[in-house]
Amino acid sequence: MKEQAVAEQIDRDLLLNYYQKMLELRLFELKVQELYRNARLPGFVHLYVGEEAVAVGVCSNLEPADLVFSTHRGHGHALAKGVPATIVLAELWGKTTGSSGGRGGSMHMYAPEYGFMGTNGIVGAPIPLATGGGLSAKLRKKGQVVVTFFGEGAVNSGSFHEAVNMGSVWNLPVIYVCENNLYATEMAFKRATKNTSVASRAAAYGMLGVEVDGQDVAAVHAAAEAAIRRARADGGPTLIECKTYRYVGHHEGDPGTDYRTRDEVQHWKQQDPVKLARKRLLDAGVDEAKLQAVDLEVEKLIDQAVEFAEKSPEPLANSVNDHVF
Amino acid sequence: MSEQGRVITYADAGVEALREEMRRDDSIVYIGQGIGPRGGNFRQTRGLWKEFGDDRLRDTGICELGATGVAIGAAMAGTRTIVDEVFLDFALEAITQIVQQAANISYMSDGKIKAPVLVRGAMGSVRSAGAHHSHTFYNWFANTPGLKVVLPSNPYDLKGLFKSSLREPGPVIFIEHKSLYNTKGVVPEEEYLVPLGDARIIREGKDLTIVAMSRMVDLGIKAAAELEKEGISAEVIDPRSIVPLDRQKITDSIKKTGRLVVIDESPSSCSFAAELLAIAVEDCFDELRAVPRRICSLAVPNPFSPILENQMIPTVERIVGEVHDVMKMDKSRRKS
Repeated sequence: MKEQAVAEQIDRDLLLNYYQKMLELRLFELKVQELYRNARLPGFVHLYVGEEAVAVGVCSNLEPADLVFSTHRGHGHALAKGVPATIVLAELWGKTTGSSGGRGGSMHMYAPEYGFMGTNGIVGAPIPLATGGGLSAKLRKKGQVVVTFFGEGAVNSGSFHEAVNMGSVWNLPVIYVCENNLYATEMAFKRATKNTSVASRAAAYGMLGVEVDGQDVAAVHAAAEAAIRRARADGGPTLIECKTYRYVGHHEGDPGTDYRTRDEVQHWKQQDPVKLARKRLLDAGVDEAKLQAVDLEVEKLIDQAVEFAEKSPEPLANSVNDHVF
Repeated sequence: MSEQGRVITYADAGVEALREEMRRDDSIVYIGQGIGPRGGNFRQTRGLWKEFGDDRLRDTGICELGATGVAIGAAMAGTRTIVDEVFLDFALEAITQIVQQAANISYMSDGKIKAPVLVRGAMGSVRSAGAHHSHTFYNWFANTPGLKVVLPSNPYDLKGLFKSSLREPGPVIFIEHKSLYNTKGVVPEEEYLVPLGDARIIREGKDLTIVAMSRMVDLGIKAAAELEKEGISAEVIDPRSIVPLDRQKITDSIKKTGRLVVIDESPSSCSFAAELLAIAVEDCFDELRAVPRRICSLAVPNPFSPILENQMIPTVERIVGEVHDVMKMDKSRRKS
C-alpha cells in the first residue's frame, strides 16, 4: 500500500512536470502568434498549438546528449528538448542571442549544445539526417539515441521510405515519431494515401510500429519510453504514430478553415492535451492553488523570454559573410 | 610534380588517399553502392573493405536520397563521412540534401554545426555512356554557397586533394572524371597534401593562358604542344578546385599573357568558363589583348552516337582552331 502511494506520488510529480512543460509550449506559441500578428517578428511561423503532448511526452524521456531532429513546426520540439525559451524567441526575432544568431529563424534553428539538431524547412529531409545521427550514435557506442519528428505529410515522401528502411536494416537507435495531425498544409491524409495507418507502414521495413493517442502525454511518454529503452540497448528503431491535431492553420496567416470544419476543430479541442493533464492532476488530488502557481511561473518565463529577445541586439550587417563554410 | 617515381592509376591514388585517411581518422565512414566487397564500380574503393569492414564501408541499396541524407546527418552529429554517388548524375536524386542541408548547415546554425561530408561522384562523357550517365554539374554545385568543389585532373592531385578534402570542416563535392580512372601518373609513396584553392601552373607560357579542369586539362596540354610547334607559347593552368578558386594565380597569368582561353566540359551558359571570363574582365581588363574565349561542350544532352558525342565535347583540334582566332586579335592594334 505504501509503495503504491509512493508510485502514485512519483506519477503525479512527473505529470505535473509534463503539464508545466506543455503549458510552456502552449503559451510560447500563443505569444509568438500575438507578436507575429502585430508584425513584430519577420518571416513565417508554423505553430505547434494542440500538439504539445507529443513533444513533451517523447522528449521527457531523453538525456541532454540525445539528439532531436525536428520540422518546420518545431518550436515546441526545441523547448521540449530543453532549449531555453529566451534563445528560441530571440531566434524568431532574428537577434544575435538567438540559437542561430539570427541566421536561421523559425525553420532553421539549431542548438546542438542542447542536443537540438534543428528545425527544418524541407518536409521529410530530417528523417535521413536523423538516421545519420543514429548511425553516428551507434558507432560511438555511448548509448545515445536520436529522435526525429515529422508530420503525416512526410510519410508519402521518398525521404521517409529510404531513411526508415536504412534505419531498420542497420538497426540504428532512432525513434521515428510521426505527428499525424491529419493535414499536410491543406491536404487531408485520407486524400493523399490509401493506407492512413502510419504505424502499419513499419511492417514494410521489418520494424516495430505503434500507434498512440497523441493528446495524452502519459500515453506518449510510455510509448516513447519503451522505444527509447529498446534503442539504447541496441534493439533498433521504432516508428511511433501519434494521433494529434493542430488548432491553428498550417502557418500563421492561414485561417485553416477552407479544408476542415469548425466542428472538427472543436472536437479535437475537447481533447486538449494541456487541459486533459490539468484535469488529471486535479483528480489525483493536486491543489488548484498549486496549479495556479505553476501557471504563473510559466507566464513569467514567457514574459522574460519576450523581454530578453526584444532587448537583444540585432546582427551587424557586415557579419553577413560569416560562417558560410 | 616529380617526373620520376612510382606510377599508379587515378583510381588507385584515390584508394591510397582513403586508406591513409581512414587509418589516421578512425571516425571516417564510407557510404555508397557497391563500395564494400565489390570495391566500387570504378575500382575506386578496391581492397578497403578487407581492411575496414562493414562498419566503415557501408554498402547501401539504391537510395541516393536516403544514403546522402544519412551521410550528412552522421557528419552533423560528429562522424566524418564519405558518400559515393558513383555516377555524379545520381547525386541529383539527393540534391536537396546536398544543397538544402549540407551546404546551408554551417550558416543556418551560426557556425555551431558543421557537416564534414565528402560527396564523391564520377562525371563526364566517356565511351557513349549517353544522357543519363555523362553529366558534369560542377557549375551547379559551385553556384551554391557553402559547398567546396574539387576536380582533380591527375593521380598526384587526386590523392593530395582527396586527403585535404577529408580534413575540411564542411561539405566537399569531390568530382572525378570517369575517363581518367585508368590514367597513370607519378605519385610519391611518402605522405603529402594538395591544398584546396591552389591552382597549378602545368606549363608556363607567354602568349596566352589556357585554363582547364579535370579531363580538359589533358586536352589543354595537348593543344599547347601543338601550338608550340607553331611558335605559340601557351600557359596551362589547372585550378584543381573551383570553390575555393585561386583567383590570384589565374589573373596573374592572364595579366602576363593578355589572352585567356577556358576549356570547360559543361555547356557554356552560366558556366565556370563564363565565371572565368567575367573574372578576366573584372580583374584584367586593361591587360587583355584579345576577347577572352571559352571552349565548352555544346548545349545538348549527351548523345549516344560516338560521332555525335565527339561533336559535342571540346577536342584538341577545336581548341587549337579557337586559339588561332584569339591570336589573330590584338586589342591595342585594333584601337589604333
